[in-house]
Amino acid sequence: MAASSERSPPPFPDAEDQESEPALRDEDSDEGADIFLGTVSRKPFSPPAAPHSAVFGDPLSNISKQESTSNPAKQSSKLPSDVPCDIFDPLHGTGMEPKDDGKNPAELRSEERPKDEPLSVASSKPKKDLFEDSPEDLFSELPKTKAKTKPQMDLFGDSSPDLFMDAKAAADTGPGRNAPADLFSEESVATTTSKSAKSNISANGVHSDEEEQDIFAEATVELSLDSPHNNRKTLDTTKPSEPASSLSAAAGSSKAQAKTLEELEEEESEDKFELNISITNPEKVGDGMNAYMAYKVSTQTTLPMFRSKTFTVRRRFSDFLGLYEKLSEKHSQNGYIVPPPPEKSLLGMTKVKVGKDDPSSGEFVERRRASLERYLQRVVCHPSLLQDPDVREFLEREELPRAVNTQALSGAGFLKMINKATDAVSKMTIKMNESDVWFEEKLQEVESEDQQLRKLHAVVDSLVSHRKELSVNTAVFAKSVAMLGSSEDNTALSRALSQLAELEDKIEQLHQEQAGNDFFVFTELLADYIRLLGAVRGSFDQRMKSWQRWQDAQTTLQKKREAEAKLLWANKPDKLQQAKDEIAEWEGKVTQYEREFERVSATVRKEVIRFEKEKARDFKKQIIKYLESLLQSQQQLIKYWEAFLPEAKAIA
Amino acid sequence: MPTISQEYKTALRSVSVDLNNDVSLLIDIPDALCERDKVKFTVHTKTTLSVFQKPEFSVPRQHEDFIWLHDTLVETEEYAGLIIPPAPPKPDFESPREKMHKLGEGEATMTKEEYTKMKQELEAEYLAVFKKTVQVHEVFLQRLSSHPVLSKDRNFQIFLEYDQDLSVRRKNAKEMFGGFFKNMVKSADEVLISGVKEVDDFFEQEKTFLLDYSTKIKDSTTKAERMTRAHKNVADDYIHVAAILNSISAEENTALKKHLDKFSDMFEKLRKVEGRVASDQELKLTELLRYYTRDIQAAKDLLYRRARALADYENSNKALDKARLKSKDVAQAEDNQRQCMQKFEKLSESGKKELTSFKGRRVVAFRKNLVEMAELEIKHAKNSVSLLQGCIETLKNC
Repeated sequence: MAASSERSPPPFPDAEDQESEPALRDEDSDEGADIFLGTVSRKPFSPPAAPHSAVFGDPLSNISKQESTSNPAKQSSKLPSDVPCDIFDPLHGTGMEPKDDGKNPAELRSEERPKDEPLSVASSKPKKDLFEDSPEDLFSELPKTKAKTKPQMDLFGDSSPDLFMDAKAAADTGPGRNAPADLFSEESVATTTSKSAKSNISANGVHSDEEEQDIFAEATVELSLDSPHNNRKTLDTTKPSEPASSLSAAAGSSKAQAKTLEELEEEESEDKFELNISITNPEKVGDGMNAYMAYKVSTQTTLPMFRSKTFTVRRRFSDFLGLYEKLSEKHSQNGYIVPPPPEKSLLGMTKVKVGKDDPSSGEFVERRRASLERYLQRVVCHPSLLQDPDVREFLEREELPRAVNTQALSGAGFLKMINKATDAVSKMTIKMNESDVWFEEKLQEVESEDQQLRKLHAVVDSLVSHRKELSVNTAVFAKSVAMLGSSEDNTALSRALSQLAELEDKIEQLHQEQAGNDFFVFTELLADYIRLLGAVRGSFDQRMKSWQRWQDAQTTLQKKREAEAKLLWANKPDKLQQAKDEIAEWEGKVTQYEREFERVSATVRKEVIRFEKEKARDFKKQIIKYLESLLQSQQQLIKYWEAFLPEAKAIA
Repeated sequence: MPTISQEYKTALRSVSVDLNNDVSLLIDIPDALCERDKVKFTVHTKTTLSVFQKPEFSVPRQHEDFIWLHDTLVETEEYAGLIIPPAPPKPDFESPREKMHKLGEGEATMTKEEYTKMKQELEAEYLAVFKKTVQVHEVFLQRLSSHPVLSKDRNFQIFLEYDQDLSVRRKNAKEMFGGFFKNMVKSADEVLISGVKEVDDFFEQEKTFLLDYSTKIKDSTTKAERMTRAHKNVADDYIHVAAILNSISAEENTALKKHLDKFSDMFEKLRKVEGRVASDQELKLTELLRYYTRDIQAAKDLLYRRARALADYENSNKALDKARLKSKDVAQAEDNQRQCMQKFEKLSESGKKELTSFKGRRVVAFRKNLVEMAELEIKHAKNSVSLLQGCIETLKNC
């Protein structure tokens, strides 16, 4: 990168500035490249496509199709000089990259097209051929431009018209003639969700809007939320080719960050209170060991994504677990913090199943009800999770397919345990040299906070049990004093003692209530956050995994390159082509994985910030609630003792 | 080693017995010294009585000296008709010491601050036990001094005046066993003489009342002890909560920091209040019950002595009848019978007085302590309320 930027200061800064193409373009191009390489290697490329739609959602892209069509070309031309050359400088001159790049736009388009037209498969071929030419152009241009100081722009100026023309020609000649136009117009209208296109297109027309916005937001955040380091990187990459594109990012990392924070806040405040969820009426269904508790999940919403404003469904505990499984499978690998549900409790549930009206089982059910409610509220509070079709289905659909994997200690649970074990091992083996101080510090913070919260949880737990003990002892004392009062032969004293017994009875109630508050308001909050911190750590792990994948790909690429060099040296042209293909494939993977890593990093960052805000809000709310409960019981205490005082004074 | 200032002690004086404030003989324990298991009390006397050589003097006394004084009083035949004030219980520093030991073991698991606070708390507890000990010893002497008969006791006066160590002989094993045996005999005797027909309704009533009351109050005492201990545990938990919250807030750097700070602060303040509530309950309620458990035992002892005298009297009557029948040793039997009767009547008379005054004393003490406890509870609760209100206010505003 550094090398490329040295070589290539921007040639037409003014023009580019005026164009002021959003930074998103940059994303687009890179992703495009990924896609391309992905196709070559016959790999699925759903995730990288995401930013596309963001680009297309960007009004600028709609300004002119030409511009936007030209973009990919430009991007691609920029690509070799940026990313790969950074990593594989020595090979830069070989001309491998430009070739790839030349292919990029073509692939990009051909990739996009399948979404709209089934024909695209056919169309992509001729295009490719066509582009076979353009790469040549590109290629021939590229060395030149590299010699010059402003290669990208030149590239753009020189080769991309060719490219574009070619592309047009391809479009003209190919069956999917109108493809580019269609593509863009369609995308600007429907803003097709290319992110995980499979599911969305098939299922959620309604969703797509939401999701598209989301993607857009994500993309913005991605750029601006990046660590200063990353930002600089993107700046470096973007500047030479299109200084304007980096405008948003160029605002400076800090500023950008602040901005996105505001955005986040807006986003949050917007979707607050649009959805109220309550869980009520726990009800035992069935008998014996097959019995289970069903809960009424009521939703009140003004969100247009739901069919009606209020609706109610009945769900059982395993449904909640099932929801979590689904969400976690889909989102946690992207670095999202998926709120974990309360744990299964065999003991508690067995009590409920067996016991009829045991107070402890009543408490258990209430505790579970409350924690399920909090769990669900956390899920819908999450702007991205709320968009998930499974969440909607969970809230809306009358009958939910039975969640299977959640049965206690089932095979799935065992598998999960094994997975966790392997994760732990790989965690130990992966040594990530953290490039980003922010993550390093945050992870440390999270870990120590986890420790502290656990400690606090233990202490508050013992507070709860001590207070319960106090309540029991007070009750026993009250009885004893009542007896003493009945034995007392002084009438006034006897009366006062029995009053004291009554007073202590009331105080016992107070202690008991307070113990309940200690538990529900304080302990449960801590338990929730201990679980949530686990999820936060999980998202950090996902980031590390993605980093590892990227590193692995880089190592492989390096090996491939060495192999190629050997082949070159050994002068074996027959195998050379294959080697080149492989290198191309792996280069694509490297870029793809790097992108992925950056995306995951950005998501984790965003998520952690979101999490912290939510935590602060939650804690504040609960602390006040807790203190108010203490206040109330103290006020009651005053009343009780003040009522007793005259009785004591009446003793004579 | 802790010593106690006079003013604190008067503030803490909880077990009030109805002491008539006779200025002719004023006793207090202004100072005490704790050396390992031994507690040395400084007994200070101020008097206008001519029996004493000086108007004011202080002597060092140990717990065992108090026990000796009590035992001699109990054994004095003349005082059989009196309720001998219960001996002060042996100083018990075991529980705070044990806790201190435990705390030392758990030091590693706590933050430094937490440890310091726990230690302070234990030291306070230790001091409280110490003060309580001093207090019960003082009350014992004050009850003696305010008693019209017992205050004239020669042993009591020696106890107050003799400025050397009394070095009363500690009970040896045989005597300890003897005491135990005596108790056995006494209980057996109690059963034996329970068959004796009571001649006086007053005593009959007192007996049933005291027996009943004694079991009830014993029960209440243990229950109250448990309750106050549980309360103390809750207050101690507050310390840990405050300490951990504090260390969490130290690491936090978001807006939450302020809240956690306040929250931790709140717990720290609340734990002091709760601690006071617990210790005041202990002092006003548990200690009262404890004292009267002992006092009632003393009253029961009086009843036993009277019942014994009654049994003796009846036996002497029988013996006299027998003697008259056999016309042998009639004079001696008559003499014996008259003595027994006199003794019994004297016992009954003074016993009646003592028991009546005991009743009055108990009611007054209960009143005083219950009123004080209610007032303290209200005070503490009000304190908590204002603390909590202030804290909630600031939290809401930030």
